[in-house]
Amino acid sequence: MADRSPSFDQVSRRGLIKGGVAGAAVTSVQAKAQVRGGAENTAAEPTVQRVPITLDINGQHRELTVDTRSTLLDVLRHDLELTGSKKGCDHGQCGACTVHLDGTRTLSCLTLAVQAEGKAVTTIEGLGSPDNLHPMQRAFVDNDAFQCGYCTPGQIMSGVACITEGHAGSDAEIREYMSGNLCRCAAYPNIVAAVKQARGEMEG
Amino acid sequence: MRPFHYDKPATATDAVTNFRPGAQYFAGGTTMVDLMKLDVMKPARLIDISGLEKGRYDFIKWSGKSLRIGALTPMTKLADDDKVRARVPMLSDALWLAASPQIRNMARIGGNVLQRTRCPYFRDTSYEQCNKRKPGSGCAALDGGVTRHHAVLGTSDKCIATYPGDFAQALVALDAVVEILGEDGPRSLRFADLHVLPEARPDRETTLAPSDLIIAFSIEDADFPRSKYLKIRDRESYAYALASTASALRMDGNTIADVRLGLGGVATTPWRAREAEAALRGGPATEAQFARAADIAFAGASTTDENAFKVELGKRTMVRSLLETARMEG
Repeated sequence: MADRSPSFDQVSRRGLIKGGVAGAAVTSVQAKAQVRGGAENTAAEPTVQRVPITLDINGQHRELTVDTRSTLLDVLRHDLELTGSKKGCDHGQCGACTVHLDGTRTLSCLTLAVQAEGKAVTTIEGLGSPDNLHPMQRAFVDNDAFQCGYCTPGQIMSGVACITEGHAGSDAEIREYMSGNLCRCAAYPNIVAAVKQARGEMEG
Repeated sequence: MRPFHYDKPATATDAVTNFRPGAQYFAGGTTMVDLMKLDVMKPARLIDISGLEKGRYDFIKWSGKSLRIGALTPMTKLADDDKVRARVPMLSDALWLAASPQIRNMARIGGNVLQRTRCPYFRDTSYEQCNKRKPGSGCAALDGGVTRHHAVLGTSDKCIATYPGDFAQALVALDAVVEILGEDGPRSLRFADLHVLPEARPDRETTLAPSDLIIAFSIEDADFPRSKYLKIRDRESYAYALASTASALRMDGNTIADVRLGLGGVATTPWRAREAEAALRGGPATEAQFARAADIAFAGASTTDENAFKVELGKRTMVRSLLETARMEG
C-alpha cells in the first residue's frame, strides 16, 4: 500500500495513536450496533460504500480503494502516510491542509477523495527534498517564517500558488492572497518576507 | 460523517432524471462536506456535478451588454476575468472579497449562491433549537443567544439567521436570471425570486425543487463599469460581512439615471434595496441624498441588543459604497 514505511523499528508514536483511535472506534461501533439492533432499526440507512480510485500523488501513480466519506486529507495522511499535509480545523477555515490539485491550491480537508479521482495531487512532500529544497521552502527557513511549524506545509503550498497565480505583486496583495492560511504563532510578517524572497527566485 | 452513496453522472440530464429523494448535488463541496462533518446536512446520496460534460457549464460569455455565466464556473475564474473586472467590477469584487483563495478555487458560482447560513445555532447540533435545521424546534438565537452577527432585515419571529454570501448581492442588484434544469426540462427564474424570507418556515430557503439543477446565470444588461462591492468585516480578509453593499450607478450629467443596491451581512436573504433606489433615481448624487436613501433602506430593521449596531454600520456602508461608486469613471 504505502511505500513510505515508518523508519523506526519500534512502534512509532503515530502507530500508537492510530492503534488507540482504532480501538476506540471498535468500541463505539459495538455500542451503536446494540442500539441499532432494536425495533427502531427500520429505516433504510445507506451502507458504507467503498470505491476504487486512481491518483497521481507527487508524480507517482497510486491505486487505492476508499470509503466515499474519506477526505483527500485523510487518505493522504492515513492511507498513504504522507503526513506533511496537516489537519488543523478540518472545516476549511485554517488552510493547514492545502495541497495542489491539478496545479490549483485546494483544501484537502473539504475535498472528498473520490473527487480527486484521476487528478494530480502535489503535497509538501512532492515540492522539494531535504537535500534540494524548493525556493519557497528555502525562503521560509531563511526568513524564520514559522515558529511551531504546524501551519507551514499549508503556508508553503499556498505561497507557491500565490506566486504562480500572479497574486504576489505587493505586500498587501500577498497578505490578501495568503489570508486563507492562518498562523496561530502569528509569523505573518516573516511569511510575507519569505513569499517575496521566493517570488524573486521563482520568477527570476 | 454518515455513510452516503456517491454518484458522478456524465450529463446534467442524467443528474436530474436519476435524482432520488434524499440526494444532494455538490461540486466544490465547500459547504456540503463541512456541514456533513457537522451532521447538519445528512444526504443519503451525493451527486457530483463538478465534471459534468467536460466543462460545458464552466464559461463566461458576453453578447453585447449581456453576460451569461455557467453555474460550474469557479469563483476564482470569474473574479479574475479581465472583461468582467472592467465592465462590471461589482461582480468581481463580490467574489475576490469572499472566502479564501483555496475556497474560491474549489467553489463554483452555482453552489455559492446556495451556501448555508453561518448562524452558530444552525451549525452546532448540540443546540436543540433551530427552526432552520429542525422545523418547529424554536430559535436559540432569539431565545437569549449571541446575536452580534445576525440579520436586521427580512427577519421573522422564527429565524434571524444572516444570508452569508457576497456574490448573490451583486446578482440581485443586476437583475440576474437563474437558468434551471428541472424534471420537466429547462426553465428560468428571476434571481430575486430564488431565495425566500424565513417567515414561518426558515428551513425553506429557496424556491427550487430538490432535483432542480442551476446551470447558468444570465444578466441582460451587465454593463456597469461604475459599480463596486464594499464589504465591512471584523478582520481585513477572509471573514463574512458584518455589512456590505453592492452598488452601481449610471449618471446623466449630475443626475442619477439608474442605481442598483444589494445589501449583505444585514439580511436573511440577498437583499435588494428597491425603495432606496427609487428615492435616488432622477436626483443628484450627493452624500445627503445617499444618507436619505440609506435611512429608507433600513427603515424596517428589527434588531436585538447585540446587532443593533448593524443599522448604523449598514447605512454608513451603503453611503460610502455609493460615494466611491460615484467617483468611479462610468
